[in-house]
Amino acid sequence: MGAVRVLVGTSKGAFILTSDGKRQQWKVDGPHFGGWEIYHLKGSPVEPNRLYASQATDWFGQVIHRSDDGGKSWETVGNEFVYEGETGTHQWYDGSPHPWEFKRVWHLEPSLTDPDIVYAGVEDAAIFRSTDGGQTWRELPGLRGHGTGPDWSPGAGGLCLHTILLDPQNPDRIFVAISAAGAFRTDDGGDTWLPINQGLKSEYIPDPDSEIGHCVHRIALHPSRPDVLFMQKHWDVMRSDDAGNNWHEISGNLPSDFGFVVDVHAHEPETIYVLPIKSDSEHYPPEGKLRVYRSRTGGNDWEALTNGLPQSDVYHNVLRDAMAVDRLDPCGIYFGTTGGQVYGSADGGDNWTAIVKDLPRVLSVEVQTLP
Amino acid sequence: MIRVTLPYHLRNLAHTGAEVALEVEGPVTQRSLFDELESQYPVLRGTIRDHSTHQRRPFLRFFACKEDLSHEAPDTLLPDEVASGDEPFRVVGAIAGG
Repeated sequence: MGAVRVLVGTSKGAFILTSDGKRQQWKVDGPHFGGWEIYHLKGSPVEPNRLYASQATDWFGQVIHRSDDGGKSWETVGNEFVYEGETGTHQWYDGSPHPWEFKRVWHLEPSLTDPDIVYAGVEDAAIFRSTDGGQTWRELPGLRGHGTGPDWSPGAGGLCLHTILLDPQNPDRIFVAISAAGAFRTDDGGDTWLPINQGLKSEYIPDPDSEIGHCVHRIALHPSRPDVLFMQKHWDVMRSDDAGNNWHEISGNLPSDFGFVVDVHAHEPETIYVLPIKSDSEHYPPEGKLRVYRSRTGGNDWEALTNGLPQSDVYHNVLRDAMAVDRLDPCGIYFGTTGGQVYGSADGGDNWTAIVKDLPRVLSVEVQTLP
Repeated sequence: MIRVTLPYHLRNLAHTGAEVALEVEGPVTQRSLFDELESQYPVLRGTIRDHSTHQRRPFLRFFACKEDLSHEAPDTLLPDEVASGDEPFRVVGAIAGG
């Protein structure tokens, strides 16, 4: 039957939610690292009990933890993130040059093949890699050193690299997304990077069709078809069928095409999920109704999923790393809100229940499908 | 023996009590104190001062003998009472609420 372990990062610690394959009864364990912001935690696909956690506060900076027993115990590993070579500058909010400064790790992405290899997406935007289980970190400087780097500028949440997608069919290919620079791809294991933003239109920048400057909130892919990418941009839900070389809009009949999350059904590559947010000035769902939208056609035609979700007076947000899917059949979908709820569906989104209701602000949700 | 008090979260991170005792060789300064602290508790590296510049993290303050030593140069000698262990050197997190 299998089991699932949901890893929840919050503003006041990490929580681990576990259930058997029915996903009806849940055990809640936590907080781990109580009082610390846990931006993200994620498990190794090849060694599921190997977890990595990013812990940070404005007081004490960045700490990285590792577990080898599924989160029962944790070991503190390396927290030194040093940019390679000449530090250089990016654009500040006022357009002036601003030196790159490490602030925090937004996202940890363990390798698909080696539990000791893990990637870190950081603010100010860069990608780091550890090959020793998180003890030491080295930047992949080709990304930040891309010719457009000096023109990257932060979004409201900072200049953050928040999404890392490893191509399961091509070990040399990695996709990343940066707010507010855009999406990038490497085809040589991280040495060189290419902006992949053709087709994105962002009315809030001087050149709406610019090569960079797009506030990409999240990208997702299905492992069986890694050339097909889905994107929730600041505004607009987008799709690419050629590994990001070209994008087209698939917002269709969504009530708002602003939002943060996007994810793909585990067994149906054309079934995708978003959670519309009213606007970038009002970070809550339209009409105060918490609705996940599902498209079974790869976009454009969307249906609202509401069974079990509150349909009045909801004014939370769902942040970019706070939706995930399990690999059971039927596929489970999970998301967490800034109001501290984690909702789950054990049937692909048809019906939802609140697994927990009163956690701190949820920053990230990941799911592990266990034997 | 030098006594250093740590804020709650750093005690938990280092798995220690509220106060740690250090033997510092040579002149007792902020630099030598933190070098020894980080040597005994490597998990604290980067949490009190920057890894490379050794600048104090902005939301932390250093106190001893009822004096704010936060802006002292890292190689300035600490008070004799700290060097002798009569008074602790205190690492304090900024208080935020609301």
